Amino acid sequence: MEYEVVIGLEVHTELKTASKIFCGCSTSFGAEQNTNVCPVCLGLPGVLPVLNAKVLEFAVRTGLALNCRILPFSKFDRKNYYYPDLPKNFQTSQYDLPIAVDGHLDVEVAGETKRIGITRVHMEEDAGKLVHAGTIAKADYTLVDYNRTGVPLLEIVSEPDIRSAEEAKAYLEKLKAILQYIDVSDCKMEEGSLRCDANISLRPKGETKLGTKAEIKNLNSFKAVQKGLEYEALRQAEVLDEGGRIVQETRSWDDARGQTVSLRSKEQAHDYRYFPEPDLVPMVVDSTWVEDIRRSLPELPDARQARLMKEYGLSGYDAGVITASRAMADFFDATVAAGADAKAAANWIMGELSRHLNAAGREIEECPVAPGQLAALIDLQAKGTVSGKIAKTVFEEMWASGKDAAVIVKEQGLVQISDEGEVVAIVEKVIAANPQSVADFKAGKERALGFLVGQIMKETKGRANPELVNKLLRERI
Amino acid sequence: MKITRKDVEQVALLSRLELGENDVEKFTGQLNAILDYIDVLNKVDTSGVEPTAHVLPVKNVMRADEARPSLPRELALANAPEQEDGYFKVPKILEG
Repeated sequence: MEYEVVIGLEVHTELKTASKIFCGCSTSFGAEQNTNVCPVCLGLPGVLPVLNAKVLEFAVRTGLALNCRILPFSKFDRKNYYYPDLPKNFQTSQYDLPIAVDGHLDVEVAGETKRIGITRVHMEEDAGKLVHAGTIAKADYTLVDYNRTGVPLLEIVSEPDIRSAEEAKAYLEKLKAILQYIDVSDCKMEEGSLRCDANISLRPKGETKLGTKAEIKNLNSFKAVQKGLEYEALRQAEVLDEGGRIVQETRSWDDARGQTVSLRSKEQAHDYRYFPEPDLVPMVVDSTWVEDIRRSLPELPDARQARLMKEYGLSGYDAGVITASRAMADFFDATVAAGADAKAAANWIMGELSRHLNAAGREIEECPVAPGQLAALIDLQAKGTVSGKIAKTVFEEMWASGKDAAVIVKEQGLVQISDEGEVVAIVEKVIAANPQSVADFKAGKERALGFLVGQIMKETKGRANPELVNKLLRERI
Repeated sequence: MKITRKDVEQVALLSRLELGENDVEKFTGQLNAILDYIDVLNKVDTSGVEPTAHVLPVKNVMRADEARPSLPRELALANAPEQEDGYFKVPKILEG
């Protein structure tokens, strides 16, 4: 049977505040175990949590950037469950009055724009980290580090509007870009500051009622989100095709084995026994303040992409790649501001620069070549001082040494030879030395010309102006 | 709504309470008595009354985002029944 896949994503993002959500402990990542803890985040008796003002501001900022309505009256609730990563046996979260509701974001998949609804954005505290000796199933005991307990989180819940694994990945990428643009989170999936759970179900094409869903956890990278959901859709289709029934359960994506495995079935409906948190007072958000935050929002990815297309004539694809991360878009803008041609800047950033970053496993913020230096290199190429090929060699050297392009060109004598007399002499020398190739070319073998050009480039260490070489060669044979 | 023995057993499980046979009987009766009383309150017309989010008329109590020193680790772990290598040590999580 043909099925429609229905996916909703729950994304947790750690906010980049200096201190935790309800106490003054540091949020720094990678500290020694249990050194960023205090009586409040350890849930010792008699303590009083106090909300970090920055968390509320970041939550409102995020809500606005995701086109949500900010609730004027919001509160915290206790979500009760027993698990050793929660020292209090409840998580302070928001239940019926989250800070932001009814938003959306637009994703582009296969050339089409699709709007994905956002149900809600709420504030909560992160839980601690469990360390198992071996696997969780085989360990005799578990060790707990509470440094992460109380780190501020936003949970962003989408509507079940997503219809494929590819759309899920696009949604997550767009969400990450927005969170980075508005500077509320690092969104490092590898450090757990951006985490994604998915609810996925199938239904026969045309059916409007939702099927039974499974919740997939441990989707720790964009690739895992896509692969995990593709796998789960296939698994559910097989179960249904064989006349089986989907069990409502939590499953974990096993990246190494490339499959989802059952964790526990939700035999009892969630019984978190939510109730209002008596230790924290409600938040009443003033509309003037909300409007101030709205005005302070930076240009967001969609607007920036549109601007690059309109102002510089970049293609939608190119503008999309460049604006997918704020840092890359900033790098592009700075390169253009330093005088580089926009299309050349886009090509360099998406080409050589990204290739070097990927190979070195670096972020663009750590790029050893500054935007101004790249602009100067682009300028040398535009003026014909260096050929495109030599420019790549120069870039290589800039990456390694951090030197300016002009300095490298001078030091290594890489200036392009565009003087006709100088090139003619070499062309004639190569023609004289390769009579066979000349004869082949005359007999109609175009490829022989390539060989001759190669010989000339070898003679000049790649510095001869390629257009001039082609022109002079064709004139003489 | 009537509380059954099953409800009491379920709440006891969620609260990690071990109840004796007589306790289940006793609490079922007591909880039903409480709910009967709540039914009296339910007769009050509360349409147009906002649910209470907090008993005090206080709002927006917040602190600035400044990191302050945490507890020394020995103190943080001082009450832990078991510890190992600076971690809290707890029994295995999965049964079986």
